[in-house]
Amino acid sequence: MLENLKILYHQGKQYIPDVRTVQVPGIFTGRPEISLEKVDEKALAELCPTDAILVSPVRIDIGKCVFCGECAKAFPEKIHFTKDFKISTNQRDRLIISEGDTNPISINPDLVRKEVRKIFSGSLKLRQVSAGGDSSCEWELNACGNVNFDMGRFGVEFVASPRHADGIVITGPITKNMAEALEITYNATPSPKIIILVGTDAISGGIFADSPAIDRSFLDTHHVDLYIPGNPAHPLAIINGILDLLGK
Amino acid sequence: MKYISIKNQQRIALESIPVLDYSVFLTVNLDLTGNNSQRHCVCYFGYRQKEQLKLFCCIADDQEHNIHVSSSVVSLDEILNSFSAHNRAFEKFEREIHENFGIKYSDHPWLKPVRYSFNRADQTQQMAGYPFYTIDSDELHEVGVGPVHAGVIEPGHFRFICNGEQILHLEIQLGYQHRGVEELFLNKSKLIQRVVLSESISGDSVIEHASAFAYVWESLCGFVPSRDILFARTLAQEIERIAIHTGDLSAICADIAYQLGNSVFGRLRTPIINFFQEWCGNRLSKGLIRPGINQYPFNPYLAERITTILNSYHRDFTEMKDLMFKMASVLTRLEQTGAMHNEELLSIGTVGISARMNGIERDIRKSHPYGLYSELNHEPFVKHHGDVYSRAQIRKLEIDQSIEYIREMIKNIPEIENQNQKIASPAPNSFVVALTEGWRGEVCHAAITDSNGELALYKIKDPSFHNWLALALAVRNNEISDFPVCNKSFNLSYCGHDL
Repeated sequence: MLENLKILYHQGKQYIPDVRTVQVPGIFTGRPEISLEKVDEKALAELCPTDAILVSPVRIDIGKCVFCGECAKAFPEKIHFTKDFKISTNQRDRLIISEGDTNPISINPDLVRKEVRKIFSGSLKLRQVSAGGDSSCEWELNACGNVNFDMGRFGVEFVASPRHADGIVITGPITKNMAEALEITYNATPSPKIIILVGTDAISGGIFADSPAIDRSFLDTHHVDLYIPGNPAHPLAIINGILDLLGK
Repeated sequence: MKYISIKNQQRIALESIPVLDYSVFLTVNLDLTGNNSQRHCVCYFGYRQKEQLKLFCCIADDQEHNIHVSSSVVSLDEILNSFSAHNRAFEKFEREIHENFGIKYSDHPWLKPVRYSFNRADQTQQMAGYPFYTIDSDELHEVGVGPVHAGVIEPGHFRFICNGEQILHLEIQLGYQHRGVEELFLNKSKLIQRVVLSESISGDSVIEHASAFAYVWESLCGFVPSRDILFARTLAQEIERIAIHTGDLSAICADIAYQLGNSVFGRLRTPIINFFQEWCGNRLSKGLIRPGINQYPFNPYLAERITTILNSYHRDFTEMKDLMFKMASVLTRLEQTGAMHNEELLSIGTVGISARMNGIERDIRKSHPYGLYSELNHEPFVKHHGDVYSRAQIRKLEIDQSIEYIREMIKNIPEIENQNQKIASPAPNSFVVALTEGWRGEVCHAAITDSNGELALYKIKDPSFHNWLALALAVRNNEISDFPVCNKSFNLSYCGHDL
């Protein structure tokens, strides 16, 4: 008993007090900023493993970006990854960052369905479906519930059954072998329900986008409520994205 | 010469691998591995050459510290005698060869689908039609779990046959995570694409897979990585080991309802992976390892940081683990749960923690050292009960051991060398095998290049490929309520298996 108390005392307060304003340590690869410097755009676009860089004007689609940093390494005068981890949005084209644009990425409130904020802002229960995810996003989603990030304090948690859930969180590029299970899980979730895509693989297929083992047709017929980029997505990106969606 | 003996990461000419008659190939490899726990098959795969299949078998010899490679050419419609009829440790490899190429075996004990790969030979085989072992009985019932699981975890289907609470049989169907990684390695032509792929094979095992790819690529290109590159990879491997083992201890505590352990170990993982973020910008260390270059050189400032972090971590970790491992209510859930005997584990060819948990010393860091491991004189921990307790103990001990290695290594940070050296192109008609020891167990990457130096084959083997069967066997005669803790104590990779 005393040993338990000692440990609790030594651990102290572990939760991050303000997830909105905390600074991440080190050299986090967050939202990129593209300067207006003139560079060899073709060579720049060639560098990208997932064709996330578009030219004329230069833009980076962080829904395709795997945050490998090769572009910033080769053209440091052109591309710089900031430590800004608030990179989630509900509008897919807001993930395409243009040169010269240093604005943060934000939710488009007009696209948020009314019932999402009305019903889920106090309590959002999510079902996680890993559809080919490589487990890095899954580890980070689990970390969101730990004592440091503690998304439970915002009423957000993962549940064990789609029947108990308000929405599904998809990781992974959606493999052919998981496509049916994903559909069944989504259909088993009662309405109203939301879909959140976490990680580059889920948003665009990432490095697997052109693999014949992938089947992303589910996303052609279902509306996505939130895109959270990253490789893997950082727990702070995930939590801030969800809070933004809920309008908190 | 029936086989050629090579070192870990050694590049050889493809034609130097002896091509044997299949019956000789079978005898040679069975003789090498029969009744000898010091030798085990690290990979055995097929390389399609028009209507023929060239089979390559690599047997790691832990005593001689080399890998014996032999090959054979068979035609796709031959019916072969299986290795597995005599040595179960080959069964998964042969199932994979059967699934990918349609090779028929006359006497394979269990020719079931492995991962329903998109390019499997028999496209009529579908995920929904997996041939589970079933039993017709009034007293027994089947429980099906997955593919989508209760927690945030990758998918797989577990089919139990139970007598009340007691599990009599478990069969695991995988393949849900199949993304076609090996094909993509061949189709993606940019090096950075292959690097990103290697980091995505199993996202919680970035260092071992990315390093294995880097070593393969460097060997193919004749590039000798400098000491600072090897230092970074070795250090990162041990840091990752600490991070994941801590997370696993947290998960084990969660499954036995020990909340304090779950919370404390859970939060202890954070400072370790935040250090990866300080080092390379990514908590899971994606981006750190690149072939031919030291992407994020380690420096005295980082050494200071990791020292501070480890000191604080070690204090809290020791306090928590000392309490956890002496609590009767914890030990009673861990001891004798999910146990496997030494002979069983040997017979199915387990590797890594799943082998070391009961008497089988398999650890690439000792048997085929790479990076700076030969300097660390690594001695693996081997336990003898094969239960959840043994697996938890190994993790606890390896965390302390890794901390020691890191503290030792950072005393001598190597100078950065050759940052401008360009890596050349792969040599033609070559063969390389690279083995690394991840936190689960051994990772094996094998590559073959064609006459233009292009990648003609890339074969990946994650330790989970061997070890999933160990989980299925370990839960027999346990209560189904102990399944989660057994599963977490193994913590195997779904995507690493499915590729």
